[in-house]
Amino acid sequence: MSKTLLELSGVSVSFDGFKAINSLSFQIGEPELRAIIGPNGAGKTTFMDIITGKTKPDEGHVLWGDKGISLLGMSESAIAREGIGRKFQKPTVFEAQTVRENLAMALKNPRGPFDVLFYKKTKQGAERIEEIAEQTGLTDSLPRPAGELSHGQKQWLEIGMLLAQEPRLLLVDEPAAGMTPAEREKTTEMLVEAAKTRAVVVVEHDMEFVRRLNCKVTVLNEGSVLAEGSIDHVTSNPQVIEVYLGR
Amino acid sequence: MNRSFIARNPSILWFLAFLGIFTLAVSLMSEATGTGFISTSFVKTLGKTLCLCLVAIAMDVVWGYCGILSLGHFAFFGIGGYAIGMWLMYARTETIVTDSMAAQVVPPSPQEVSDAIASQIFGVVGASEFPPIWAFAHSLPLQLLMVVLVPGLLALIFGWLAFRSRVTGVYLSILTQAMTLALALYLFQNDSGLRGNNGLSGLQNIPGFEATPQSMVSMVFFWASALALALGYILFAWVVSGKMGSVIRAIRDDETRVRFLGYHVESYKLFVFTLTAVIAGIAGALYYPQAGIINPAEIAPIASIYLAVWVAIGGRGRLYGAVLGTVFVTLASSWFTGGGAPDIDLGFYTIQWTDWWLVLLGLSFVAVTLFAPQGLGGLVDKIERKS
Repeated sequence: MSKTLLELSGVSVSFDGFKAINSLSFQIGEPELRAIIGPNGAGKTTFMDIITGKTKPDEGHVLWGDKGISLLGMSESAIAREGIGRKFQKPTVFEAQTVRENLAMALKNPRGPFDVLFYKKTKQGAERIEEIAEQTGLTDSLPRPAGELSHGQKQWLEIGMLLAQEPRLLLVDEPAAGMTPAEREKTTEMLVEAAKTRAVVVVEHDMEFVRRLNCKVTVLNEGSVLAEGSIDHVTSNPQVIEVYLGR
Repeated sequence: MNRSFIARNPSILWFLAFLGIFTLAVSLMSEATGTGFISTSFVKTLGKTLCLCLVAIAMDVVWGYCGILSLGHFAFFGIGGYAIGMWLMYARTETIVTDSMAAQVVPPSPQEVSDAIASQIFGVVGASEFPPIWAFAHSLPLQLLMVVLVPGLLALIFGWLAFRSRVTGVYLSILTQAMTLALALYLFQNDSGLRGNNGLSGLQNIPGFEATPQSMVSMVFFWASALALALGYILFAWVVSGKMGSVIRAIRDDETRVRFLGYHVESYKLFVFTLTAVIAGIAGALYYPQAGIINPAEIAPIASIYLAVWVAIGGRGRLYGAVLGTVFVTLASSWFTGGGAPDIDLGFYTIQWTDWWLVLLGLSFVAVTLFAPQGLGGLVDKIERKS
């Protein structure tokens, strides 16, 4: 059994009286691939916002890493430097810059302004960029502006940027949205590959995609965990069928 | 910063070559070092324009590259001017006072000299003592340090407070404008310690060079301005190239995403804001000795808005664009408002350009925003792509 990398316990957050997350507890080990599903408004995005420091919970603990340090009170950028990478639902790459520049920015290097100002390109850095471009099928597109990429390629570039960050935990929000079946297949491969050495959490709507990931599934509903287990286990749970699959 | 960096960016070489030729041409045609084809006052105008170009490229870095629409960079420019102006005024008055006291039988005590200088400078606002902020005015090195330190510290503190609270976009612009307005209003007061709306004057007279003709003084300041612009251009071109440029442009386009990449966005903004404020201060310190006078009206928010207009018309996000915009608008402005442009008689109404220039400027700003968001610099890019 892998050891725990991230642990949320008793986390609650409400917006204007609406409880988006209700005493949620969650654990993930390293390495592990996990899918999170749930109906709209189940709190999936808020869950990611809490982990990445965008939203501060009203109560509960978020513990990280071998030493179990608390992520609460850390800034988004500090949490990212701790090794948590996040991919947004809408592909967000820097469209005015080339694919290579996008990847170079994400590469794991010192992040202070003066480190960056005096940064010198290294051979290892260039090799790493080539390697990631290879993995994400963007080798030919390296000198192109990211804005010229297709929707699917942008998603991959974003996944590539996450890999370049070398995070220990990857949070991926609806990676397959708007993709063709062939693109989905490639995306599945990338995520499964990435999860061999790190923790990967995939939030997804598409049951077929989740089935293909072939991993443990956590079902969220009304801000807390409704069921957890293999895809067959959770899809046979009557409660899950009622809130999610039944519609 | 090495040779390969400049070699990798041919536009820098182009700019430097152009600036060099321009400087040489002006030198050869000036009264002091050439044929006298160009008047001394026009040399001053050109030298001042170079300083404005320097503050404009600073504005381009903070706005065009980093996305912070600061309406306060002309305030930093003015502070630089005030800082050097204090020394110029003090040293010149000191010379005059000691000369006139030299005739006295009893040599004056240092206190008497100091009092005499103070009443000379502050008599106009009804004061006769040096305010604390003049503590370093007697020393050129210290006051030169102030040219850099005061705008730098103000930008650092202001930026730290604003960026830390994640004030962005139009709200940040309003905040910087409020800072500028507050500073101008403060300086307008007679007890501000900087002579209220009289400002500091006689700055064209450089202490120690009383015997040097103004034609030569203006030439030296022109060269200094050209050198400062060249160095500033190289510095900024270096900052916005490479990985730093990549990160600050990314902050402009999507700062949230940059945060999740692990970059502390606020530090980067603070770095850019402070660095450009310091350069703006230096530009101001070179400008006002050529202008001869500085008063609080110079710092009024409208000046900072003009700065944004120059950069927008010249084309944001390209340094030569800021230079183009500044040269184009300031020269057009002096042509239209200086009586160069003929009035247009419509029969029922005569368009006098002294009144209508601002309307024309406003319309061209709107036109550029709507139809040519890349500005004049965008035209250069188009020509470059075709060739």
